[in-house]
Amino acid sequence: MSQRVSIRSTAKMKELMGFYYMMAKAAENDPNQKIAWITSGGPVEILHAGGVIPIYPENVAAMAGTLKISDEICAIAEEQGFSRDLCSYARTDIGSALSGKGPIMGTASPKPDFLVCCNNICGTVTKWYEELQRIFNVPLIFIDAPFQYGIKDRPEAIDYMEAQLRRMIDQVGEITGNPISWDKFMETLDLADRAVKLWREIQDLLQHKPAPMNSFDTFIHLAPIVTLRGTQGCIEYYETLKAEMLERIEQGIGTLEKEEYRLGWDNLAIWYKIKFLSERFSQHNAALVVSTYTRSFCYQAEDRDISNPLRAMSADYLAGYINHGLDFRERELYQMVKDFSLDGLVMHSNRSCRAYSFGQYELARTMEDKYGVPVLLIEADQNDTRMWSDEQVGNRIDAFMERVASKRNKNIA
Amino acid sequence: MSEYFVIGLDIGSATAKAVLVDNEGKVCAYAVRPTGGRLVQSAEDVKREVLSQVGVTEELVKTIITTGYGRDIVQNKTKSLTEITCHAKGAYITNPGIRFVIDIGGQDSKAILLEPDGQVGRFEMNDKCAAGTGRFLEVMARTLGIHLDEMGDMSVRSEKCSKISSTCTVFAESEVISLLAQGEEIPSVVSGLCRAIAERVYGLASRVGITAPIMMTGGVAKNKGVVNWLSKTLKQELIVPEEPQIIGALGASMIGLEWVRKNNQTMNKITQNI
Repeated sequence: MSQRVSIRSTAKMKELMGFYYMMAKAAENDPNQKIAWITSGGPVEILHAGGVIPIYPENVAAMAGTLKISDEICAIAEEQGFSRDLCSYARTDIGSALSGKGPIMGTASPKPDFLVCCNNICGTVTKWYEELQRIFNVPLIFIDAPFQYGIKDRPEAIDYMEAQLRRMIDQVGEITGNPISWDKFMETLDLADRAVKLWREIQDLLQHKPAPMNSFDTFIHLAPIVTLRGTQGCIEYYETLKAEMLERIEQGIGTLEKEEYRLGWDNLAIWYKIKFLSERFSQHNAALVVSTYTRSFCYQAEDRDISNPLRAMSADYLAGYINHGLDFRERELYQMVKDFSLDGLVMHSNRSCRAYSFGQYELARTMEDKYGVPVLLIEADQNDTRMWSDEQVGNRIDAFMERVASKRNKNIA
Repeated sequence: MSEYFVIGLDIGSATAKAVLVDNEGKVCAYAVRPTGGRLVQSAEDVKREVLSQVGVTEELVKTIITTGYGRDIVQNKTKSLTEITCHAKGAYITNPGIRFVIDIGGQDSKAILLEPDGQVGRFEMNDKCAAGTGRFLEVMARTLGIHLDEMGDMSVRSEKCSKISSTCTVFAESEVISLLAQGEEIPSVVSGLCRAIAERVYGLASRVGITAPIMMTGGVAKNKGVVNWLSKTLKQELIVPEEPQIIGALGASMIGLEWVRKNNQTMNKITQNI
């Protein structure tokens, strides 16, 4: 194993996220503090502006995966008749809601007063949140984000989003009993905007050789931008992390003893195997330096109208990687290859996430044939360890790295 | 007598294979033995066997390259490489025109695209179960009460071919038993099993992008039934080397030889410059 200089900011993140979850748990039975469960691509700024604590079932499920308790929680949902073919985040969340088991201080997430579902990340969330509505018997706010097939997002889709977000601002005010003030909302959007820019800048710092941290680190440091986007704490955290990354670049600190190869990652993390993957790639002196997944939380629409923040926000919530067709994804992937000087791409063909995995074989072919970029496909699941095999995945990684190495230096094999 | 030798060892899930080549790349000996549960011992056994066939001592072996699932457990190796790299090399050495390798071994199957210069291009391996591999055929032979080696001829000779819908070893076993209970003949069932493997591998190969000429390697390439069905499904003739099982070990030995040669060249240059 290579020696690693650990990232100091991690301690600060643990504190920030720990405090947030503790406050959320404490608010569970407080009638004056509303809690909403929201999808990862949902417009959380409206919740922060309305003083509502957001809970992300996907984030909580990933925590369960990392703690390796997701299988047992999924099994609870399966016993209730939810198919094993259903997304493992949905199964973890529903199993947790039904049983009270979960990763937050050993228990499930605090119960919601209402739900916010936006289908810009997948179609599964629609039925998943309807199920949560049935379990908790609370209001559900649904935001319908039309899938964008082309590279350029359609203006009528942005109109449609804008109308729904305006309605949501009123709905949240009605549920909490305190209408959201426009000034407070604008202030929240500004905070979110600054956090998103910081998160993108931090990830772009990984273009440096050696990269000051790797994708396995960014998977972990992703939590605040997802959950606390639109708060001051989120900005402060990323300012600290950015400063530390600049310092590491200055001192030439990377994550491997010798960073020989640079790879990109596509799709969600495999939460229960982060350590295995990190070590296996390290053995080949390969660093994963960028992922479409962590970049998904800093997508901003290309020609967003900054003079109209709500309009810009409406466009941003359509602009994500997985709300787009293959032409868009191809462009993004190739841009990543160029910007981060990648030697190859690792695509996690994720059984749970069809929205992300559909089309990966086609993209892999395109990256290989059109751009000459080697692609490794790993079949796994973000949270269900039953889909995993150390031996088989390890073997594929070894074979792929032999290929990447021989492409670089034709003398090796 | 060659001044040195190189050994390639392929320690697979079902069999251990060794190939011994001389300093000119000529294959002097090869050996194949069942692996069983004793990986280290079977690696040692095949190595001893090739050495004794030629009557050389281990001191003359300059390099040992290992591959296969047991590649890391072998002692005294120079380096271990994956089967993908080694099968590609072995196929290219056997026939430099080859652009595509289908390898079906004991517990996995692979499809590998070769660049025109023999480098590994895209590749795919089967997913987590042993469906459609050598192990599948072994279990089916046992279920049918026949010998694994008989299956190929039986399949080729059979005029009928039963429909087997699953390549899951567990499901296929019960399917085979029901077919026999319905009065299907054993050869027809065997032909159906071979076709089921071919169809599964076809999916794997299509994902990589089928490019002729295609070589089939690995133990299952010895089964004519699978080869026939695969060539029908792929609509391509398959090139099957004389000993398809040793192609991985052959590739490993040839990579080892290239290393020795390169190393010698470097050393010669250094000594010339002193």
